[in-house]
Amino acid sequence: MPAISFQSVSKAYPSPRNPQSGTFLALDNVSLDIEPGEFFGLLGPNGAGKTTLITILAGLAKATSGRVSVLGSDVQTDFAAARRKLGVVPQELVFDPFFNVREALRFQSGYFGVKHNDAWIDELLESLGLTDKAHVNMRALSGGMKRRVLVGLALVHKPPVIVLDEPTAGVDVELRQTLWAFIAKLNKQGSTVLLTTHYLEEAEALCGRIAMLKQGRVVALDSTSALLKAASGNVLQFKIDSELPPSLKTGARITGRVVQYPATDALAIERYLAAAREAGLELHDIEIRRADLEDVFLEVMKQHARIDPTVQQVAA
Amino acid sequence: MTGWQMLFYKEVMRFWRVVGQTVGGPVLTAMLYLLIFGHALESHVKVYDQVSYTAFLVPGLAMMSLLQNAFANSSSSLIASKVMGNLVFLLLTPLSSWHWFVAYVGASVFRGLVVAVCVFAVSAFFTEFSFVAPVWIVVFALMGATLMGALGLIAGLHSEKFEQLAAFQNFIVMPMTFLSGVFYSIHSLPPFWQKVSHLNPFFYMIDGFRYGFFGVSDVSPWLSLGVVGVTLLVVSAAAAYLLRIGYRIRS
Repeated sequence: MPAISFQSVSKAYPSPRNPQSGTFLALDNVSLDIEPGEFFGLLGPNGAGKTTLITILAGLAKATSGRVSVLGSDVQTDFAAARRKLGVVPQELVFDPFFNVREALRFQSGYFGVKHNDAWIDELLESLGLTDKAHVNMRALSGGMKRRVLVGLALVHKPPVIVLDEPTAGVDVELRQTLWAFIAKLNKQGSTVLLTTHYLEEAEALCGRIAMLKQGRVVALDSTSALLKAASGNVLQFKIDSELPPSLKTGARITGRVVQYPATDALAIERYLAAAREAGLELHDIEIRRADLEDVFLEVMKQHARIDPTVQQVAA
Repeated sequence: MTGWQMLFYKEVMRFWRVVGQTVGGPVLTAMLYLLIFGHALESHVKVYDQVSYTAFLVPGLAMMSLLQNAFANSSSSLIASKVMGNLVFLLLTPLSSWHWFVAYVGASVFRGLVVAVCVFAVSAFFTEFSFVAPVWIVVFALMGATLMGALGLIAGLHSEKFEQLAAFQNFIVMPMTFLSGVFYSIHSLPPFWQKVSHLNPFFYMIDGFRYGFFGVSDVSPWLSLGVVGVTLLVVSAAAAYLLRIGYRIRS
């Protein structure tokens, strides 16, 4: 039995351009199974449908068609059982200003009917570095501390399936390390983890399998190692001080001063270097590295760049 | 504690944390009405024989405070959670719509009753009042608070901004409670406005409640019980339905 199962899930919203007569397909027939114990990454550009998929999984939104289940429990017809098995860390930094950290955790535990949970709450506070903030009102916490509490709230009923929707967006390195160490420990103990993130190096380091979404469709689904192997192999990377000539921009990934080219073999590398020399560019910090998940992601997104946008507009 | 009991407890704690604002404020307002209207009209108005105007006023003020605060509790809690975004913590739980209804309305009833009891306690310094039929008092207090808690749920679910909720309060709840015979007997009104008052369910809540104190009322307490009972069922059913479909809280 999969930990999470999406079967032919579609979600249509009224079209923002024409709410009366059209719909916008945020998810288009997504099918995906995540097995128990997996650390699964869900990647995609903004608006790809990642958060929509998670809101449907969490019961915050209803799929237009298709079925979603958590460890065999349908999120609509058997929502209580499904939600008991699921812990969701929402993307938005939200909190209840009336209560302190320990109270918030106790309330959330109580909503799930978990009694005498103080030992686990203490462990959560300790693991998330919140012990000294237990009696601090939520309003008085920094953004990073509030994010830790969100993680604690999602885990307070000990769910076997954990969903993290961009949990490290805008948080410091220390929290990231604390958070990933804790989540990795839970994963080793058997918890299933579904992660969405824009930090691809995190996904590469943590996720055993990855799905990539674009315009509501799954455009890649494989183990992280297989995705990396399927990539073009190597990347030529250097820094320049001047503007890259237009003739050299084809195929290049430019981030500030850093220029990167996918390079399948030595000949391709030589060709790029020769062209740069001819253009009179002064190159610094030249390196040839293995393609990483970011390279794979960009390649996959480029391959699927020509999804017909009219397909996304379905007449009501 | 089960899930809904914890939600009920949290909702009670939410208003208890700011008890000065949620209980103290309404009690002070009621006392100001009592002082001003009581002193100004005591010697000019006689609604029922054997009952002073100030004594007549107290049950109406207590019920008005009860109704307004029961409404305020569920509606303000929901809208604040929606605006702040923390409603998501509840939406992710296995609590059913029925659990939500019982917890939110239960906390509203509790706050309404606390405010009403405090209004009576402070009023005791100004006047004496009898309890001719206590069962009617309890029945109308519970039914009125439940009805307004459920109405507050509807308003909280429907509103997406504080302004929308304020409009609900200022243009529906406030006029209907003020025009329900809190300060007067509807028999003192012209015939047309008497008929209009008979269409206002708040009138029956206050008239039935007042019957419990004096044994006299503008209409039969049984009629009031029927009207309030039917209104309660309709409003509760509507609130429960909106919760079940996740109206404006699930997409």
